[in-house]
Amino acid sequence: MRILIVEDSNAMRAFVRAALEEGLEAEVNEAASGFEALRILPRERFDLAIVDVNMPDINGLELVAFMRKSEAHRGTKILMISTEAASADRERGLSLGANDYLSKPFTAEALRAKVAELVSKTGKGDASGKDEGGLSDGSG
Amino acid sequence: MARDDDSGLRDEFLAEAQEIVEALSRDLLVLDQAEKEGTTSAEQINDLFRSVHTLKGIAGMFGHPTIGAIAHSLEDLLDQLRLEKVALTAEVLDVLFEGVEHFQRLLQSEEESEAGIDLDAFAQRIGQSLGVQDGGATEDPLRALGLEEAMLSVLTEYEEHRLRANVEQGVTIFRVGLRLPLLSIDESLESLKEKLRSLAEIITYLPSMDGGDAEHIELVVLIASTSDKEVLEAAIPFEGTSVEEVNRRDGGPMSLGPVEEPQTTDLTDLIAAAEAAPSSLTHAPPSAAQLSGANQADPLSVRSVSNTVRVEIDKLDHLMNVVGELAIIRSAIFRISERFRSESAMRELSIELHRINRGFERNLLELQNGILDVRMVPLGQVFDKLARIVRQAAREHGKEVRLVVSGKDTEVDKLIVEELSDPLMHIIRNAIDHGIEPPKQRDMAGKKPTGTLALSAYQRGKHVVIEVEDDGGGIDHEAILRVGIERGVITRDAAAELSREEIYNLIFTAGFSTKSSVSDLSGRGVGMDVVKTNIARLGGIIDVDSEPGIGTKFTITLPVTLAMISALLVRVAGREFAIPITSVREALVFEESEIRMVEAREMLTLRGSSLPLCRLREFFGIADAPPPERQFVVVAEIGSRRVGFLVDELDGQQDIVIKSFGPSLQKVKGFAGATDLGDQRVALVIDVPSLVEESGMQMDRARLWAGGGV
Repeated sequence: MRILIVEDSNAMRAFVRAALEEGLEAEVNEAASGFEALRILPRERFDLAIVDVNMPDINGLELVAFMRKSEAHRGTKILMISTEAASADRERGLSLGANDYLSKPFTAEALRAKVAELVSKTGKGDASGKDEGGLSDGSG
Repeated sequence: MARDDDSGLRDEFLAEAQEIVEALSRDLLVLDQAEKEGTTSAEQINDLFRSVHTLKGIAGMFGHPTIGAIAHSLEDLLDQLRLEKVALTAEVLDVLFEGVEHFQRLLQSEEESEAGIDLDAFAQRIGQSLGVQDGGATEDPLRALGLEEAMLSVLTEYEEHRLRANVEQGVTIFRVGLRLPLLSIDESLESLKEKLRSLAEIITYLPSMDGGDAEHIELVVLIASTSDKEVLEAAIPFEGTSVEEVNRRDGGPMSLGPVEEPQTTDLTDLIAAAEAAPSSLTHAPPSAAQLSGANQADPLSVRSVSNTVRVEIDKLDHLMNVVGELAIIRSAIFRISERFRSESAMRELSIELHRINRGFERNLLELQNGILDVRMVPLGQVFDKLARIVRQAAREHGKEVRLVVSGKDTEVDKLIVEELSDPLMHIIRNAIDHGIEPPKQRDMAGKKPTGTLALSAYQRGKHVVIEVEDDGGGIDHEAILRVGIERGVITRDAAAELSREEIYNLIFTAGFSTKSSVSDLSGRGVGMDVVKTNIARLGGIIDVDSEPGIGTKFTITLPVTLAMISALLVRVAGREFAIPITSVREALVFEESEIRMVEAREMLTLRGSSLPLCRLREFFGIADAPPPERQFVVVAEIGSRRVGFLVDELDGQQDIVIKSFGPSLQKVKGFAGATDLGDQRVALVIDVPSLVEESGMQMDRARLWAGGGV
């Protein structure tokens, strides 16, 4: 499983990497900013992108919109991460085509469960996201 | 909170949190200055807001609820500041500074509960600073703005906030179209931000998928500015940039005119185009060969673009130990080549070996310097923290203090920088608390009401000198003597013979100062003995000089690094000792006849001035063998103080890695540690500062007696 984590916090990226490499044996690729993600996306394919909503410069929502417009990433699953307060951001992300979200703070287990759930759903068609969205971090 | 309590992750958190808090602290100081000068900008508040927001996020993830809670309330406050619902005042700044203090304390404690922070009290102060929440029943001004739904829909709440705030204030929103090379995008953005800093607030960057190629990206940057379109165009340093004003729908200044590259600036069109041509990513679907080719051509692809790494100091210590081992191997090879040299059959081999060894030595030296270099950090790191202390202390005591900093870039070993904050903080607090007079008093004394505190650093040889100088009331040496005698630190008789320097240095004596003595001598001395001990632990020394009515100056002299040092190896009674070369001034043949007795202490006269003699044989109690006929004096110097060590033999110079003693031997006096010289030889490393100290009190007296100048 190839995963891209787009997140400006080093600590958060390390957390996600540790959680997924250990439990799911996923190949985790990192982008420290929206721009870095834009550099990577045209050349790479991923099963899942984990995208922080609140990043400087290019925000996570813009990235979601970008990916959904790109043929290569139209089918890539997108998991947003945001703070618990930013419910409007989450709604926007889901309507732009993200598949699901997790609210910070979350546990490694919750993350693994969410990732496993998203990737096992292989509906490769139009990822409007609504069908899978809405569940918070309690599912772990 | 996270169950993966991996210590690496924890370090990752601490490193980032520390970085954020330091940035916060720096930015707050800048904001504080800007507030005084009336030049605050929304961007400054935004930067703070973002830092606090990130900190809140990671604190939650890594199980630091108190940091999270404080960050949360600061975020609220900053949010109100951003929206100008709260005015930025000195009081609000105080609360912000307080929050940063709390972060710092929390990050330093093992458990959050240990930091002793009264969250309720803090929350209350935040509450006092927070303005009345806006009812907000008015119509959303964003609706009136001519921005496409597609564009609005990708803004985060935060960005939307910013946009709304600007529109409400009547600031014009512009859409800037850019086409930038992907590889150098970071530099381009930095340059863009720099150019726009004083002109506009950047709300967001929207990537478009159209136009350009795999190497370029087209962006729409949404900015808010009170400048004209022409001014903005002139300021943006990229060719082919388009700047377009976003109109208000209620009949704004002009209609959406055609722009140079409409497809790049109008996101609705963009999306329509993207949908019509789904392959628009690179205009044609890239083949697998193209893709792999691109990968080869661009090794950066999946890797991080950041070109810095964080390294734990332990790892560097380990590498330094390896360098130490290698140095030992090098010496061994050198000895072998020397042995071969005497055998004619091996001569050629010896020369070859010698040559190889020279190369090895050169590279080893480079490796060693490289590692040392990595450990070095600018003193600015600690100076920034101190600037905050200055501000806080000045406010607490109703003083006006201007901090003048120089030598921020002077580099010192990371460990030294860490250990320096406390002593420097102490000195600075004292300077403001007791040194610099209240404005009125200064005025009466004919001084400027604002006191000056100068913090400076510079490198002198292999030492770094840090000076803290104030133009306050100074210390009256009569008062020091009086207090010293009162407290029993010195007898009346001994006091009569003290030099000026010695008198001032009395304030570093344990037991000299208590709180009550402080006011007596407008001054210094609160725990100054602790300051001195801390500095000494770093192999440094502290001096003070003062002029009543003029000011006081503390001078700290420190080694540049603690990791690896050059040492002079000496032999005393068959044992080897190492003296750090940085403190060795010279070595000479000892002449018994040059000794003079001063107050039952042996002093040497060296070119007209005197220095105390320290017979290491006696000092270390190893007088088991008689000294050789010819002995040497090694003159060591720290700061302005000197001492002569009497040794049997000089064994040359070697680079050593000091290994500190285990806890059981921590209290052994006179040694900084031990070092492995190879060949299973171990040498004790002489702690020059402590021995200089030991002989220090007598030195000045001797100078007076000898009639020599300084």
